[in-house]
Amino acid sequence: MHWLIEPGLWSNDAVRTGAGVGAVVAVVSALVGMFTVMRAQSFAGHALADVATAGGAGAGVLGVSPLAGFVVGSVLGAGAMEAIGVERVRQRDVATGVVLGGATGLSALFLYLITLNSSSTGSTQLILFGSLFSVSHATFYVITAASALVCLALAWLGRPLLFVSLSPDAAGARGVAVRRVALGYTVLMAVTVGLSAIVIGSVLSTALLIGPPAAALRLGRSMSVTFAAAAALGVAAVAGGVVASYDSYSWWPSHRALPVSFCVVALVVLELVVVNVAHRVSRRRDGRGRA
Amino acid sequence: MFASFMTNAWIVGTVVALLAGATGFFVVMRGSSFAAHAIPNGAFAGAAGATLVGVAPLVGLVTFAVVAGLGIGASRRHRSDVATAMALVMMLAMGAAFLSLSAAYEPQVEALLFGEILGVSPSSITPVIVISLVCALALATMYRPLVFNAAAPDLSAARGLNPTVLEMGFMLTLALGSALTVPVVGALLSFSLTVGPPAAARLLTSRPLRALVASMALSVVTLWASIAASFQTDLPVGFFVGVLSALVYIVARVSTRWRRHSA
Repeated sequence: MHWLIEPGLWSNDAVRTGAGVGAVVAVVSALVGMFTVMRAQSFAGHALADVATAGGAGAGVLGVSPLAGFVVGSVLGAGAMEAIGVERVRQRDVATGVVLGGATGLSALFLYLITLNSSSTGSTQLILFGSLFSVSHATFYVITAASALVCLALAWLGRPLLFVSLSPDAAGARGVAVRRVALGYTVLMAVTVGLSAIVIGSVLSTALLIGPPAAALRLGRSMSVTFAAAAALGVAAVAGGVVASYDSYSWWPSHRALPVSFCVVALVVLELVVVNVAHRVSRRRDGRGRA
Repeated sequence: MFASFMTNAWIVGTVVALLAGATGFFVVMRGSSFAAHAIPNGAFAGAAGATLVGVAPLVGLVTFAVVAGLGIGASRRHRSDVATAMALVMMLAMGAAFLSLSAAYEPQVEALLFGEILGVSPSSITPVIVISLVCALALATMYRPLVFNAAAPDLSAARGLNPTVLEMGFMLTLALGSALTVPVVGALLSFSLTVGPPAAARLLTSRPLRALVASMALSVVTLWASIAASFQTDLPVGFFVGVLSALVYIVARVSTRWRRHSA
């Protein structure tokens, strides 16, 4: 195994905590992201991560807990998007764009105020890209507890949400409160994205929310298998990314390690490409068999 | 405020705002806000990559923006939001990798994201104007087909307009425009101007040409107000552009609703 995993990987505390929190976030993001992909809300899912970042920067200015800032910022952003309007897809696009534009403006202000009041640099890059390897034990427990709550809420909301996502009209006719279920889901997505953005950065947060579910949906099995596959693909990308990032330290003579965010995102994209190609090949074979 | 060192900022800002207003009109009409966000943000990764390889940042910016634009355009038919998200995160992650490999100085990253419009150098004025004119010309050529395609997609396809070619052409224009404005005004600033004012303009009038002109006018006014406010308060321009763009949309929303109620 020496050629695959550099010695000392599992004895490194930062790597272990990082891998643990990454796996937890990957599972929650995959489960929540299944609905994001089905409902074509990728833009909102990504925008909320940037909005959460503005909240985190705002918390930095006020001197309160960044975790609270991330989650509150994200939920407020989701509320603003819903208030502007989400009935039609095109309107949703504009609502998301307006909220995202406003939030990035606020982030510019908050980050400026932070750099004005402190001499520490590197905060901008850390907030944008995050690093799994800088997660503390305390954060790990908070994230795990919050993730469990999100999963419970998703289990409770799951059935009507699936109905609403697949055929909103039929759900409305059956008496499901379509608008309320959609709002509930957007808030749930906001909490998830806020939690993941603070530990893994907004880039990785979007990758894990969209990539594994999109790949799993391509596999075209039953719903429960698809959910499990999404979670498995997410965890596999995080685990592979952590190992690759750790190993990459010895790939170049300069000993500059590849960022863990890059390794995880590359694996997520690779999974999606492989699944898409396999899907296309099998469909072509099916077509020839029928013809 | 109109001192000589501010002249460059006013000129470049006005040109960029006019272009953003015009591009944004089509972005809002076609529902491509996500692509308009993803392309400039991804382009910034190209600049980081170019620094690592040792070529001019502009080469990296244009390459990344064009590849991303064409990739998103090609996937327009099915699940374009997933493809856009994946293109965005892949480019940003590559940007992070390039930065950590080359150990670039952090303020440079911040400048690419949030822009340095008050520090525009005289040498960047001509390229920005030239590229803006090229993009404006491209948009003018595509104006009728794009409006037709957005208003009646089936009819325009039946008339022989290829939607994929149209989408590719539009994405290419978007990519070129953002690749050149990003280093001057920042990725975040140009995105705000591309969505807020055009969306407001479309609420104010339903006639396409009027909406286009209103969009450009609102965009320019937003940017002028932002530069002036930034000059007076010493706060970042990006803050004012982001918040004022959102505010313009909200005011348009409230006023149209109020007008509809009173009518």
